[in-house]
Amino acid sequence: MQVGTGKSILNGIAIGKLKLYKKKDTVISTADAADPAAEEARFEAARAKAIDQQTALYEKALDEAGEDIAEVFNIHAMMLDDDDFVDTIKEIINGQHKCAEYAVKTAGDNQAAVFAAMDDPYLQARSADVIDIAQAMLDILQGVDNASLQGTEPSILVAEDLAPSETVRMDKSLLLGFITREGSSNSHTAILARSMNIPALIQCKEIQDDWDGKMAVVDGYNACVYVDPTPDLLESLTKRQQEDQKKQALLSELKGKPNTTLDGKTINVFANIGGMGDVGAVQQNDAGGVGLFRTEFVYLNCKDFPTEDYQFEAYKQVLESLAPKKVVVRTCDIGADKTVDYMKLDHEDNPALGYRAIRICLTRRDFFKTQLRALLRASAYGNMSIMFPMITSLRELQDAKAILEECKQELTAEGKKFSDNIEVGTMIETPAAVLIADDLAAECDFFSIGTNDLTQYTCALDRQNAKLEPFFDPHHPAVLKAIQMTIEAGHRHGIWVGICGELGADTALTETFLRMGVDELSMNAKSILPVRKIIRSVNLSKPSTKNV
Amino acid sequence: MKEFQYTVKDACGIHARPAGLLVKVVKGFSSTATLEKNGKTCDLRKLMALMGMGVKQGETVTIKVEGEDEDAAAEAIQKFLIENV
Repeated sequence: MQVGTGKSILNGIAIGKLKLYKKKDTVISTADAADPAAEEARFEAARAKAIDQQTALYEKALDEAGEDIAEVFNIHAMMLDDDDFVDTIKEIINGQHKCAEYAVKTAGDNQAAVFAAMDDPYLQARSADVIDIAQAMLDILQGVDNASLQGTEPSILVAEDLAPSETVRMDKSLLLGFITREGSSNSHTAILARSMNIPALIQCKEIQDDWDGKMAVVDGYNACVYVDPTPDLLESLTKRQQEDQKKQALLSELKGKPNTTLDGKTINVFANIGGMGDVGAVQQNDAGGVGLFRTEFVYLNCKDFPTEDYQFEAYKQVLESLAPKKVVVRTCDIGADKTVDYMKLDHEDNPALGYRAIRICLTRRDFFKTQLRALLRASAYGNMSIMFPMITSLRELQDAKAILEECKQELTAEGKKFSDNIEVGTMIETPAAVLIADDLAAECDFFSIGTNDLTQYTCALDRQNAKLEPFFDPHHPAVLKAIQMTIEAGHRHGIWVGICGELGADTALTETFLRMGVDELSMNAKSILPVRKIIRSVNLSKPSTKNV
Repeated sequence: MKEFQYTVKDACGIHARPAGLLVKVVKGFSSTATLEKNGKTCDLRKLMALMGMGVKQGETVTIKVEGEDEDAAAEAIQKFLIENV
């Protein structure tokens, strides 16, 4: 087995035979041309044909890769119409008495060099576009047709470099992936590969001619290619590829579609995130928003108490990246199994029932206010809701809200801006909160049910204790009843109710929750598409076929 | 002659796509139009020259339009810039 490394431009896997994509070297005459007028006419004919080609490629790209990237070929057509470029070529033909090929190649190389020398990486990458249009004219002038280079079998192409027009022109059903020795991740070729969902590796210096015809796997996740992979590796990567394909099929089926049941009820399907690193997955899985933004990372990443400004930047980044999508932020849930040294929390015999979450926040008000002020300031940059964890009494919710109010007044006095439209919610994760849900609902804008803690507290079952495994029933009727009671209480007071614990991702319960009337389900990003598929297949006006 | 300044807001600056569209807008008029940045000037009918200016976010450019339909052309260019970059 051989391994090649490079830069990956798509997180995906391609498996198949390698096919060397080698363009024929063509010779361009540097001799004086006998008839400049004839050369100019040849050039004009080639230019007109190249413009037609780019227009046709625009149509193909529009169909296969979307409008944004297709526009590249309109730009190519305009570059072919650029007065300076055309004049330069004609000048070489008429002034230097060279053939059309020589003039096109020289003018193209010169213009490409101008772009390549610019300091902006985006503009540098435009040199590939100039080379592409010059090559298109050269191929026409010389009667070269590269279409046959792709072969007739599905394969992973191995090339020195690929121009955007070459990439689009390929038969997609035969193009499993590609590997190039050159290329840039800013190039239009790379952008095309991404939007056509083709795994590709660029800047792979290990490329060899004898790879032709060999079996290989392009692993976009690890930016490498395995040539003649071992059977074990092939098997595990094949599995990974199948998972990807399943997800991709679901995504293309569901992307942009509402989460509406067959009888017309629509709910929100949101993602749980723990920081900026998860934002990409929210978008890739087409989540409608974020139902649980865990803020513990700002504490766990620091050696001392994180400052307001530090937290503000961290929250702002997430809010901005996801705007205008809703982001429900859970305030600090430190304690129990999540601790940090600098908080100097005492050792507790029973930490799950101990000093944690809102209990810390309400007794260390300055600590809490630092976070709330940072969150409020970040709220100006997106669509934020705030919720408090581990609430067991009405008083706790009222106190937390009063502190939030105090922070708002301070910020107003300081002239700092924040959103005037922040929903405030209660996490329902203790049996006490379920039983007083009516009172809590009257004091807040939404409920979010944290099923992990709710299960452990309802069933008095420590989730960290492996010995209790036989007693653990994730679908315990008491937990489901608690969820139902919470949803009903919330709706009695006209507030929305979501579920953000692990049960939210449990496809065996999706229909049950819909029948209970849940308004939002929030889960790890990878569960979103399967859950959405179920929602769209359920008919709540018909009796359930399920037992739960 | 009409003259105005514009500060680019788009994170990518006047990149290939808006540059191409801007050239199209200008070609719809008979007036000449130029873009000036840091003492460098380019003809707004010339795509590669415009791309070569490398106008980035936050940079201010001066647009000059001259010709029979300069009023309408300047207005169209300004509208395009505001809506696209």
